[in-house]
Amino acid sequence: MSVSAAPISDTPAVEIIGLHKWFGEFHVLADINLEVGRGERIVICGPSGSGKSTLLRCINRLEDFQRGAIVVDGMQLTQDIRRIDAVRREIGMVFQQFNLFPHLTVLENCTLAPIQVRGMPKGEAEQRAMRFLERVKIPEQAGKYPNQLSGGQQQRVAIARALCMSPKLMMFDEPTSALDPEMVKEVLDTMVALALDGMTMLVVTHEMTFARQVANRMVFMDAGQIIEVNAPASFFANPQHERTKLFLSQILN
Amino acid sequence: MDAPTVVAPTMKGTALAYVRTAPAAAISPPTATVGVLAWFRERLFSSIGSTLMTIVIVLLLIWSVPSLIDFLIVNATWTGSDREACLPSQVRPEVGACWPFIGDRLAYITYGSYPIALRWRVDTFFAMLTFGTAWLLWLDAPRRDIGAIYFFVVLPVASFMLLHGFAPLGLAIVDTALWGGMMVTIVVAAVGIVTSLPVGIVLALGRRSEMPAVRLLCTLFIEIVRGVPLITVLFMASVMLPLFLPDTWSPDKLMRALVGVALFSSAYMAEVVRAGLQSIPKGQYDAAHALGLSYLQTLRLIILPQALTVTIPNIVNSYIALFKDTTLVFFVGIFDFLKTIEAARADPKWATSVTSATGYIFAALVYFVFCYAMSRYANRIEKRLAAGENR
Repeated sequence: MSVSAAPISDTPAVEIIGLHKWFGEFHVLADINLEVGRGERIVICGPSGSGKSTLLRCINRLEDFQRGAIVVDGMQLTQDIRRIDAVRREIGMVFQQFNLFPHLTVLENCTLAPIQVRGMPKGEAEQRAMRFLERVKIPEQAGKYPNQLSGGQQQRVAIARALCMSPKLMMFDEPTSALDPEMVKEVLDTMVALALDGMTMLVVTHEMTFARQVANRMVFMDAGQIIEVNAPASFFANPQHERTKLFLSQILN
Repeated sequence: MDAPTVVAPTMKGTALAYVRTAPAAAISPPTATVGVLAWFRERLFSSIGSTLMTIVIVLLLIWSVPSLIDFLIVNATWTGSDREACLPSQVRPEVGACWPFIGDRLAYITYGSYPIALRWRVDTFFAMLTFGTAWLLWLDAPRRDIGAIYFFVVLPVASFMLLHGFAPLGLAIVDTALWGGMMVTIVVAAVGIVTSLPVGIVLALGRRSEMPAVRLLCTLFIEIVRGVPLITVLFMASVMLPLFLPDTWSPDKLMRALVGVALFSSAYMAEVVRAGLQSIPKGQYDAAHALGLSYLQTLRLIILPQALTVTIPNIVNSYIALFKDTTLVFFVGIFDFLKTIEAARADPKWATSVTSATGYIFAALVYFVFCYAMSRYANRIEKRLAAGENR
């Protein structure tokens, strides 16, 4: 099964222009240029330490950057905290370590931001949350606390929590890397379903089967730079760059 | 007992495994590891060292407990109206604790010199405080958010009006020089407890702030206050505070001590809270920010509820320390609980050889009851938290 081609629209979901970032002296991101179209699904891969996660974290400004520009849904990220909050509202993010709020139930995890950030009435927020929990196939866990769930279930709750804010873009930062092998599939299935619904997605992952199935474009990063951008079919069959070839040969075996 | 059933090899001739078809019967444990005798052997006499330790401790108990019981109960005087009752005589050469002395001076030890006709106001204060404390300490109580507002806002204002007086409500002003006893100890401890938590939280957040000026200010305050003994802070508050303020504004003696205690306990609380804040993983901030929650929302809804819950045992520990430290206000001339006992035992009406001992033992018992109750509470919370890790 392959997901259909991305619809085209004029304003891109995300536009990254000449982005540079340093951690102290260390140049983590060097001249990153990338445009994410609406409804497009991009999978970013690369060796660890190549700056993939940092790139995602710059887009919703969990990390500051020193040079370049990021425009999300037509809004340019500045130092203005209100602008940053506005951008964050439009981006859902799923983390490697789930980062659910352990003192809140699954349902409360999902309704917190809609109520507090969007000012949605509690009843409506709960109805919506239940709809998304059904979509990730765990409505029966709504009353439990995150630590009572398996890793796969927690990650699906994290996806539902992000969806409850009706984001225009979903970012996944190695969503299956902290999971036991038998739980990877349930999370990937949820993500494939999301892709089929036309969600714009930026996914950092090493799950290449998922990438083949879902991605419109593959991005390969190494040492803080984008080395290669390609359609999945040619990316896997005929990688252009030596480092891409090396990386693929390592993870596909 | 039947031998376990053995299943014959199933695959063409090759014996793959012998599989048990019935669960093994439960066997009771060897008798030497259960029962009273085993418990004694394991816990008290497991080695030469532990046997010696057991003997020493038993001897210590034999030496101390009976004489304490003799003093406190067996030889104690239970009735009487003045010192005569507690003096040794031909019939009673050994005299124990003089309890009628405590009974006679109980009102003084509780209220100090607070006007007798107005003591109902103090009783109301005690009742309101007990109610608020119970509401806050009982973790499953309904509407604890209202309970917190009651405890941290309503109670301080109402207490001030009740104890000090509030003319518009027809409550006559009672000069703080007349306050004394348990009431003052509880007021000092309560002021320390009520102010130290919010101020401590602000200081702890300030110390972790990204703004250098705020961070420096909070760090300086915390380290300076923590770097000097409470008694120094109290002397400074009572001697130096008036120098900074205009004469007409000169706060009274008790107020100065209260400010000193509040500052001191806030600095300690700040460090306790900071430890709690540090225990919250960075991912919690990331997730909250990624959802679009603001800094204050993140603190109020995500970080503080978790940080304070794990810190409750430590918070209670600093309250225990604070409760005992309140005795130091006695040095700046305030009649707290201990000081009223000091004054009462010097009363010639009750001058006997056992009066002082009785007074001090009573003081120790009262402090112990308060502190032990707090300690048990912290303990229970700790157990509950440990159990909650898996929820």
